[in-house]
This record gives sequence, C-alpha cells and structure tokens, in this order.
Amino acid sequence: MGSSVKTESNLKDSSSKKINFAEIIKRHGILFVFLLMIIGISLRTDSFLTQNNMLLVLRQVSVKGIIACGMTYMLIGGEFDLSVGSLVSLTAVLVIDFHDILGPFAAIIIAILAGISVGAFNGFLVGFLKLNSLIVTFGMLFVIQALTLLYTGGQYVSVSNQGATWFSIIGRGFIFGIPIPVIIFGIILIIFGVVLSKTVYGRYLYSVGGNPIASKFSGIPKTYITFSTFIITGLTAAIGGIILGSRLMSAQNYLGQGYEFDIITAVVLGGTSLFGGSGSIPKTLIGVLILGFLSNGFIMMGFPYYVQWVVQWAILIGAVWMDVASKRGKILA
Amino acid sequence: MKENECILEMRNITKTFPGVKALDKVNFEVKKGEVHALVGENGAGKSTLMKVLSGIHSPSEGEIIYQGKKVEFAGPLDAKAKGVVLIHQELSLVDEMTVAENIFLGDLPRNKFGFIDWKGLNKRSKELLERLECEFEPTELVGRLSIARQQMVEIARGLTQDVNIVVFDEPTASLTQEEEKVLFENINRLREQGTAIVYISHRLNEIFQISDRITVLRDGEMTGLLNTAETNECELTSLMIGRDLEDHLDFEKRGRDEIGKEVLKVEGLSKDGLFNDISFSIHEGEVLGLSGLVGAGRSELAETIFGVRKADSGKIFLEGDEIKVGDANKSVDLGIGFVPENRKEQGLILGRSVLDNLSLAKIRNLNRYGFIKGREEKLIYQDYQDKLDIKTPSSKQQVKNLSGGNQQKVIMAKWLCINPKLLILDEPTVGIDVGTKAEIHKLIRKLAAAGIAVLVISSEMPEVMGVSDRILTMYHGEITGEFYAEEATEEKLIKGITGIEAGACKVG
Repeated sequence: MGSSVKTESNLKDSSSKKINFAEIIKRHGILFVFLLMIIGISLRTDSFLTQNNMLLVLRQVSVKGIIACGMTYMLIGGEFDLSVGSLVSLTAVLVIDFHDILGPFAAIIIAILAGISVGAFNGFLVGFLKLNSLIVTFGMLFVIQALTLLYTGGQYVSVSNQGATWFSIIGRGFIFGIPIPVIIFGIILIIFGVVLSKTVYGRYLYSVGGNPIASKFSGIPKTYITFSTFIITGLTAAIGGIILGSRLMSAQNYLGQGYEFDIITAVVLGGTSLFGGSGSIPKTLIGVLILGFLSNGFIMMGFPYYVQWVVQWAILIGAVWMDVASKRGKILA
Repeated sequence: MKENECILEMRNITKTFPGVKALDKVNFEVKKGEVHALVGENGAGKSTLMKVLSGIHSPSEGEIIYQGKKVEFAGPLDAKAKGVVLIHQELSLVDEMTVAENIFLGDLPRNKFGFIDWKGLNKRSKELLERLECEFEPTELVGRLSIARQQMVEIARGLTQDVNIVVFDEPTASLTQEEEKVLFENINRLREQGTAIVYISHRLNEIFQISDRITVLRDGEMTGLLNTAETNECELTSLMIGRDLEDHLDFEKRGRDEIGKEVLKVEGLSKDGLFNDISFSIHEGEVLGLSGLVGAGRSELAETIFGVRKADSGKIFLEGDEIKVGDANKSVDLGIGFVPENRKEQGLILGRSVLDNLSLAKIRNLNRYGFIKGREEKLIYQDYQDKLDIKTPSSKQQVKNLSGGNQQKVIMAKWLCINPKLLILDEPTVGIDVGTKAEIHKLIRKLAAAGIAVLVISSEMPEVMGVSDRILTMYHGEITGEFYAEEATEEKLIKGITGIEAGACKVG
C-alpha cells in the first residue's frame, strides 16, 4: 500500500515541482544570501572579518535580537506588535530616571513591569476583545511615545554619578571578552528556542497561529496563548530598553524609534511566516545577523547609513515574496 | 468512432506525474443525453481525468475526440467556450453580487455607452433560469440563496453559451436531501435537452438514482464500464476497491435493556435561533446517532456540548457532575473528544506535521514541567498510526499532504489517544472513500465495545442506522424522535428529520 500513498500526495499537488523549488529557496536560500553577503563585504574591506568587528556587530544586534525573539513568538502566533520600538524608549527612560531615585535594582524591576504591563494591555485588547493587533499596537506606538514625552518633557534623562553604580555593566561589561549584551542575547536565544521547540506552549503557539479555529476545536486556550505572546514581547522590549539605557547611561524619548521595522524585517527575513504558524528561533538569529552585518558592512564600505534602509526594504520585500510564493505554490501570481 | 452519438471520447489516456502513473490507459466516453457517472475512491484518478479533459493537464499519452474531432483544450475557459462546462464542488460565486451578475460575470452585456446593460442582463438571466425552472429572480443576491440554488446559478452560468457536456464534481456534498432532489430534476432536464452529463460522486445511492452508465476507476486504471440498470452496489464497490466488501454496516447493536451507566446528560440546553430545550443522555458503550438535515442545529448542538460555543440556558453533566458550558479546554481535560464536520478548517493544523496534529490534545498530559515527553509521544504516534492504519510517508509529513480519509484518521487518533469517555463525531465520513468509510464505521463500533460513549451526527441515513444503538432525530433545533436500532426505519427517521411529526414524540 506504500506506493498508493505516494500516488495520492503527488496527485494532489500537480505543481509539486514548483512548490519544492520555492521550498528550497525558502529553507536554504537565506543562508546562501548570508554567506554571499559576508564574502562580498569582506572582499571590499579588510577590517570586516576581524574578531573585533564581529563582536562589535554582535553587540550592536543584541538588543534588537532579543526583541526579535519575542517578535518571533508574536508572528508564529499569528499577531503583530508594532509598539516595541516606543516601548524600548519608555523602558530605557524609566530605568535611567528611577536609577537615581530608587537605585539600579528597583529601576530594572520597574522597567520590566512597565514592559509587561504594556504587553498585557495590548494582549488584553487583541486576545480577549479580539481586536486587530495591527491597529491596536500601531496606535499603542504613539500612545507610548506620548507617555514617554509627557514623562520626560522632551528632555534627556541621565544617570548623575556614573562611577558610583554597577548598572553600566549590563550594557558595557564583558565576560571572558564577550560583551554582556551578547551573552544575554545568547541566553534568551536558547531559552526561547527550547521553549518553542520542546514544550507544550510552543506546540500550542504554532497551532494557534497555524489554524486558530482548529486550535479552539482541539481545546487549546487560544485567548491565553495570544495574550501571553504580547506579555513576552513586552518583556523582551523592556530587557532591550534596560540594556540600551545601561550602555548609554542616559535615555531620551526617540531611542527606540523605528526598531519595529528592523525587528520585524529580521524575523520575516529569517523565514517566519507573516501568516502565522511557522518559523523558528534559529531562523530569526540568521535574519538578525544578516541585518546587523549589512548595516555594519555598509558603513565600513563608506555608504551613508540611510542607504541601508532602501536595501533593507528590498530584502524585506524579497523575503515576504518568498513567503507568499511558497504559500500559493508558485513564484508568480 | 464507435457510435455517432458519442459526443466525447477519451481514448487510452495515460497521465504520468514525476514517479507516478496517475492514469493508465483510461477510456472514457459520454453520449448525448446520458448521465455518465464516474466513480472511484479518493486518488483513483477521477479529478485527474477531468483535469485532462479540461486542459489543466495535458495527457502523456492518448487522445480526446470531441464532436468527431481530435481536440486539446487550453484550459477550463477554452473548454467552456467550446461547450464543455465543469461545475466544481466548491462554488466560485460572488456572494455580494446578484444572480444575473454572477451568471454573466466576466462577460457582462454592455450598452452603447459602455455601461452595463441591466435590462438585457436581467432578461437573458431570467430566460436561463426559466430554462432550468428555477424559482428565483435574477436580481437576488447570491449570498442569500441556498446552496442548491447557488449551484443552479453556477449551472446557469455554464449555459450562457451552447453547452454539450456538463461535468458535476461531487455536486451534492453540501446539499440537503431536498436540495438534492431539485438538483436531480435539473440534471434530468438537461439530459432530456440532449446534454451529456458527467457525474462524479462518492455516494453510490445517488449514482443509481441518476446515472445511465458508470465508469469505475481504481488506482488510475479503468476497472469497469457498466450499465446502471444491470449492476448493483456490491458489484460497484468491489470494482472500486478491488475486493468484495462485506456488508459492513450489519453490526450487532445493544438493545433497550443492555444500556450501561450514563456518561453524558444534557438538560434543557437552548441557544436562541439554533436549538431549543434539548435533553438527552448517552451511556457507556453506546453509539447514539443524531440525524437531521443541514441547518437543523446538529453541529451547533455538538459544538456547544464540546464547549466551543456557549448556550443561553441548560445544563450538561458528565458522569453525574455538572460541567461548565462553553469551555473546550476543560472538556478535553474531562475526556470529551470532538471530530468536527469540517476537517480542514476545524480539525487540522494543515501546515503542521502528522505527529503534531495527532498529539495535539494529548500533550497536555504528556509533559513534564511543560516539556513534551518526546519518546512517549513518538510511541503513541506509532501505536495509533498502526491501529488506524494511517498512511503517511513519515510522522514529519505535513498533514495537508495526506488524503481526506487519512486526515480524518489523524483527527480520530488525536482524540482516541486521550482515552475519551465521550467522543462526538460530526459527519465522520463526509468526502471519504468507501474503503476508509467502512474502516471508520468499524472503528466506531469497536470504540463503543471498549466502553466509550459515542455521539455520531450524520445526514447519511444508512450510516446513522448502520452504526447507532439508538437514534435521535432533530428538526429545526428540536429533537423530534428517539428510536432504538431495532425499531428504526428509514421512513420513521425521515419523518423525524423533516418535521412531519415535530413535537409529536418529543423525548425529554
């Protein structure tokens, strides 16, 4: 009977050849692009492929990378969060401002609570009230910006006596020569990766994003899963804000502006579907690294930094196109 | 050409896909004014043959003779222009447009200013509808019509030009019996007008009702060409599946006095506009059939018992304890399984693997601190793949690549592995081939024998009567009758589901 199975599945996809083509590009193409890019840039600049530069890039991407882990959960679960950028600004401002009032430890707790609260609020609106996540979080982007402005009055906030606190270690310190933000990023990558691939929660997340109705019909508490992804993303944004604040020892209201674009680009570039239900943490890591090396390489090759926005857009479109093409089973509509 | 009246002849059609022979020297012919049924299990090649006919696939070998000439259509549109119309199971109508607009969609008549000629459009549509003896207006919105009427719109669309052949692909899948009758009348009318009809279906009783001749396919080969009047269901089934199918629906049933202890009790369950004051119970090891037409509120009732819908009033008890209505998560914890009507939309995460889908309900109990016990999961998978004979190349295969019958088995396995006390099956064999259907029927009886209470919802009379110990009929949101297997007759059930005796024999 084995052969009849094959027959059936082949009969179903009359265009199976094309699907496979798109599938291969989608699965491995991104690694190929990554390597090509590194080779390309390193041929043009000598200092690109050095250990120092690599660590620099890793440190640069770690904040966005951490939030990209949360965003990966978000997209797999079938929702969006556009408010992460302004949440980074808010939590950075909070952690810096409260540092001088209550000390570093309390300030960190407050920033994390703020991130979780904003996430919970978004999650409540999307999960329980069933509102569209794009609208909810797009609005929230500006609400948080307004709150941050209200809080700072548009001023810088900074830590007054930088020599007297351990707080700067988070953003500036090293362990065995590795920047601490990179270590935090690494830990989060592992935790998020393992939870996603090994736990019931991860399985539920894929199900809810892949088919919300069937998930409901399987007794999966969909509302809570959706709710949780917003809290998790809020938490990663807060961690990002804390690291950023610690590195700069100061903060202002537009610190995280535009982060959502970079982060969502990285996640989608890695191959997580905009339609929900598929994606992974290792893929997101590759997406994050591509964007990081790209911006670093552009600067090293002497291009103005804003050129990368155009290239980044082009790459995002390419990645989304691949996603759509593999869904419909062919490259062109 | 064998006979002049053959309007279409497909000769020695072979179609190979990479590595697979989907069709192997198949001959198929249709005469003017006949209904020619094309039957076979899922994957037998029926759809492929029709795709070859309409030009979606070009045949690897063989030729198509249409009206005495060799042809090769460029695609469905080309075929339609030349008088061959395909009507698919899934209708392609625009709900928000009128009947007339839908009929002439893509070719709307225009006046000299280039605007739509509404008068002409409605007049021509009216003529077409009259030809099909349809009793609705061209100006009605398609979305407001019943499925059967929508299908008539689809047929009318095919008749905008001269049409010689109409192919119906599983046309009755979503029709009620009443609507089915209307469809058959229309098919007969087309036949009398000299149109050749190709009728593809799983349902053998329909084929005997409507067709003149039958071509049977099995695994891409043609296994029979029969005159309907000279054959019977047994012969047909054995040609379809290549072995004699024992009369599998002849199970031993439990009688009135052999009932086990009560598992589920529903008391006065009501939901405005869907069902009203429903009370019944199911017992250990009992198969309770719930028979009713589409729209009678059967699925909604089942969904409410499982907890994906909320009720306005009423109580549900599981083994004597009241359960919260509307909490599916809790229901699964308590041991209620639910195989929904719509496999692809409600039953499966199509993009995920067979393994993920199969263990989706079980993993809530198959973990330590939230981590899935991978090895045990795999063992359970192998166990059920084996028990239910699920045909898949591997556990990692995306479930969307399986055939309908195997997909259904995956959903069954998903619930069986939680060891349910109550299993609700909503149309468990819709769109499934005869062989798998028999397997599922046997499985249902086996589960009951193992002590599970099973609620089977079905609009197929033989199925309900074949598997159930007891049958409830439902009409218009109310239970209209209760019959034990030995006293149930098709006549009694039909009275119940069509409301002829509504209220006369209410159970409660």
